[in-house]
Amino acid sequence: MAQLKKILAGTFAVMMTAAVFAGCGDSSSSSNGGAATSGGSDASTADGGNGGGSDVGDLKLTKDARIKQTAQGSDASKNVIKIYTWNDEFKSRLRNFYPSYDKEASKFKINDEGKEEVGEKEYLKNGKEIKWVTTPSDNNAYQNKLDDDLKAQAGSDDKIDMFLVEADYALKYVNGPYVMPVKEIGITDDDIKDQYKYTQEVVTDANGDLEGVTWQATPGLFAYRRDIAKEVLGTDDPTEVQAQLSDWDKFNDVAAKMKEKGYFMLSGYDDSYRTFSNNVKKAWVNNNYEIVVDDNLMKWVDQTKEYTDKGYNNGTSLWNDQWKADQGSSGKVFGFFYSTWGINFTLVEQAEDHAGKKDGLYGKYAVCEGPQAYYWGGTWICAADGTDNVEEVKDIMKYMACDKDTLLNITKTTQDYTNNQPAMEELAKNFSSEFLGGQNHIALFVAAAPKIDCSKMGPYDQGLNESFQAAFKDYFTGNVKSKEEALENFYTKAIEKYSELKKPAN
Amino acid sequence: MAAPIDAVGVKSNSQQLLVRRIVCYVVLTFFAILSLFPFIMLIINMTKPSGDINKGFSLVPGSFFWKNFKTVVNNKDWKMLSSLRNSLIISGLTAFLSTYFSALTAYAIHVYDFKLRKPMFTFILMIMMVPTQVSALGFVKLMRSFGLLDSFIPLIVPAIAAPATFFFMKQYMESSLPLDIVEAARIDGSGEFRTFNSLILPILKPAIAVQAIFTFVSSWNNYFIPALLLSDKDKRTLPIVIALIRSADYAKFDMGAVYMAIGISIIPVAIVYLILSKFIIRGIALGAVKG
Amino acid sequence: MRRKSISYAKWGYIFTAPFFIAFFVFNLVPLVSTMYNSFFENYLVRGTTQIGPNWVGFANYQELFTKDLGKFFGNTLILQMLGFIPQIFFSLLFASWFTDLRLKLKTGAYKIIFYLPNVIMAAAMGMLFFTLFSQSGPINSVYQSITGAESPYMFFDHIWSQRGIISLINFLMWYGNTTIMLMAAINGIDPSLYESAQIDGANPTQTFWKITIPLIRPILVYVLITSLIGGLQMFDVPQIITNGGESVNRTSMTIVMYLNKHLYSKNYGMAGALSVILFIVAGVLSMLIFMLNRESDGKKKKKKGGKR
Repeated sequence: MAQLKKILAGTFAVMMTAAVFAGCGDSSSSSNGGAATSGGSDASTADGGNGGGSDVGDLKLTKDARIKQTAQGSDASKNVIKIYTWNDEFKSRLRNFYPSYDKEASKFKINDEGKEEVGEKEYLKNGKEIKWVTTPSDNNAYQNKLDDDLKAQAGSDDKIDMFLVEADYALKYVNGPYVMPVKEIGITDDDIKDQYKYTQEVVTDANGDLEGVTWQATPGLFAYRRDIAKEVLGTDDPTEVQAQLSDWDKFNDVAAKMKEKGYFMLSGYDDSYRTFSNNVKKAWVNNNYEIVVDDNLMKWVDQTKEYTDKGYNNGTSLWNDQWKADQGSSGKVFGFFYSTWGINFTLVEQAEDHAGKKDGLYGKYAVCEGPQAYYWGGTWICAADGTDNVEEVKDIMKYMACDKDTLLNITKTTQDYTNNQPAMEELAKNFSSEFLGGQNHIALFVAAAPKIDCSKMGPYDQGLNESFQAAFKDYFTGNVKSKEEALENFYTKAIEKYSELKKPAN
Repeated sequence: MAAPIDAVGVKSNSQQLLVRRIVCYVVLTFFAILSLFPFIMLIINMTKPSGDINKGFSLVPGSFFWKNFKTVVNNKDWKMLSSLRNSLIISGLTAFLSTYFSALTAYAIHVYDFKLRKPMFTFILMIMMVPTQVSALGFVKLMRSFGLLDSFIPLIVPAIAAPATFFFMKQYMESSLPLDIVEAARIDGSGEFRTFNSLILPILKPAIAVQAIFTFVSSWNNYFIPALLLSDKDKRTLPIVIALIRSADYAKFDMGAVYMAIGISIIPVAIVYLILSKFIIRGIALGAVKG
Repeated sequence: MRRKSISYAKWGYIFTAPFFIAFFVFNLVPLVSTMYNSFFENYLVRGTTQIGPNWVGFANYQELFTKDLGKFFGNTLILQMLGFIPQIFFSLLFASWFTDLRLKLKTGAYKIIFYLPNVIMAAAMGMLFFTLFSQSGPINSVYQSITGAESPYMFFDHIWSQRGIISLINFLMWYGNTTIMLMAAINGIDPSLYESAQIDGANPTQTFWKITIPLIRPILVYVLITSLIGGLQMFDVPQIITNGGESVNRTSMTIVMYLNKHLYSKNYGMAGALSVILFIVAGVLSMLIFMLNRESDGKKKKKKGGKR
């Protein structure tokens, strides 16, 4: 035992050394001792919060000052367009539709299985190389990697030229110091005049400058099974079904009818989440860095609790096995809230019994607007400040996000809904989706897209939405007994993620 | 604990032995099926298109094996084969360095009498349980400052200090390495380093084989640290590529390709294991140290 | 004699040098900086703006102890025990069967198969088990056809079924490894001991308890310690099964998963404090076990000495 004592003493000795280190290193700031316990007081003062008061309005970020580039890009870096991404979506769009992409030099081809193939290296027609830095978004890995590398950008001679962001955290980068405004890149107001306004609001910084562009718009709809609609509602006509789903009360009535006939209205807890969270009156965080839970989110909680208790849903979570299975021919779920890509890619995939065979539920879905307008997803292209390939970045942005012909071509070829209002309206005049049994769903998107409101978006949406869904899942399943307790759990999770945030005063 | 062994009475005649054998085989076979089941699922899913996999699991195989294989291997965004090579290099060297230097360190502490022997041993024990995540952020920061991002060095060289492997070697030596052997070698005039390499290492073979598999597999499946260090597409390891494939096609997630990639990543480990398991069995023949 | 042992001491330092150099360069520097950070308020806001470092003394520690730290240590312990107890039981059983000279089992294939689940990465295991236990998965169809239940059992929405699945995966992944380790230890035992025991008329139970167990005790201690390490470091399996620890009200969130939450948010101060706590717990645990082993070891050695 004597030895044990020695060891314990040793452990503490190491710690004490660390403590002494610490004490010496930064004794001047020890007066700030209370900062950790008061949460984000520093952050809120730093950003001009006005301390106290319950109606302080939504969080107003200031745009961070850009950082002076201390190093030039090397010659090698000037010949490489370096793009950061987390998946293959934009890669595929660029390879297929960007006119200056050199398909031959890049050995681009579509193989027998319909998959895209490229060679070891990819090039633009002017001979410059395209280099993708792909980091999966699991466990925040993409943002961690991007943050670290952008931080090193100013002093590095290997410059990042572009990076992609998602809506839920776009504002983090838009108001951050590492992005170059698109005006400075050379994109004019005229270039972007046909884009959907919401796609610009998402990436507009606190000074009103546009910091990114996107090729897609992602309005959401409600996709339902025609066969079930016919059996339960007596019709599968989208207009008539929409009439029975046009507000939440009607929606709930239909849910009850579905239950009677042995169907589920929705698959899981989070299916309707975005239709509520996109229609909030208050943003997630107020200007005191306090978390605000909007009434509309609590409506989602109440509705989902009711659905769960009454068996209107199948207890799944987004993207899990059962959720996917519910969309196929063995599923007993009436419908899914899905946006453009979800209907055109995901649902198509799940609906078929045999990939690419157009059997199973292929042709047996239809879409309608549902109770409320919302959007889901979307990817934006940002230019990294310090890019040493401004011309190429400009050209890519211009063609991929602003050019009517390119965008029309993308929609016609892939059915992805693109970010050009006149082009989409033109297309909507005469469109029919085989998968949706001949329905013209582009017309519905055209009607839905201008209604999207993203004025309540903030930089914390991704993490807070995830924590909120996680906290209340326990309430739905009965593992947490009261809403109050679930709410407390949510605050704990949220503040763990974002140390600068605070629980609201009452 | 002893119940199943007890069950068959004191003196086992041939009939009782037969019963025992049957009991053993039944239990063992049950566990074998349990252990193989994930592989059966995996292999079946490797033969299916993504859509079928999403419908839920069934034992009926599909006909997409070859297609999934080509999808995974031909994709230059993923570079499955170069990641396979990278993983082999990293895990192979990691296993080698970790077992060799741990054995060397354990040997020193087991055999030599020197002043810092006890403090060293205590120190290693103390740090043994510290989870890697504890210093992960600091480690990555340090490697970035060394300019070792996109390098294999931070993934291989630290394996020299593997406290858990060291501890295993030390424990193994305590049970099967008598000091007389070392003495005898010295009398024969063998140098210390040579004694270790040519006399001690062979004795340690079963232990080394066990630890080599162990280290190889954990390095092979390690995602956390490599994902923070490697981003160049020629430098990625298998788990990173699998994570990439899982998130590659944002709306469809080709599960057939994912299962295929997992399958491909498992084969080499299974081979390494098969090779090493022979060493362990040979350990029986060697009988390690004789009286 | 004495002169000799002095000259050999040099080799002690030479042989241990690579280990310690590697440790100091790659592990100690980050470890000390982690500890140093634990006394500061130090985190990133939105990935870019650095708050701190501001000296806060033990405030980070205080905050941790007012939170659910105990709960997460408890979860870790529960998951560890649920996996470890069946693991040591079956591994010891199988290792003794495999090495039993009288049974003469054809064991080659079993040994290989038992270890195999270990080569599948946790993420893949998680995927497979999600499929198996989902609402319309095979386990639920068996369950429904046996019990006649109308609705499926939600395995991932109940505390103990979720913990059970995590432990089952852990068991499957590690029991083969433990079996091999114990086999290697038993193989290291001089076979003549068993032969003479057999000649003396000892039955399998006696040889197991009187010869095998005492002689493989160092390795048993090792197995215990590594499983404690594994338990304390348990991360990837529950992380996947529980959706990052959140699922079922954080009842399967282990201590390292909790640490990961703070790493995710780039809160160096809190992550540092939690790391130090983990470090101390880990150090104390390994010492305790080692001491216990030493003490009983000492007694044994004395006994043996007496007999001689």
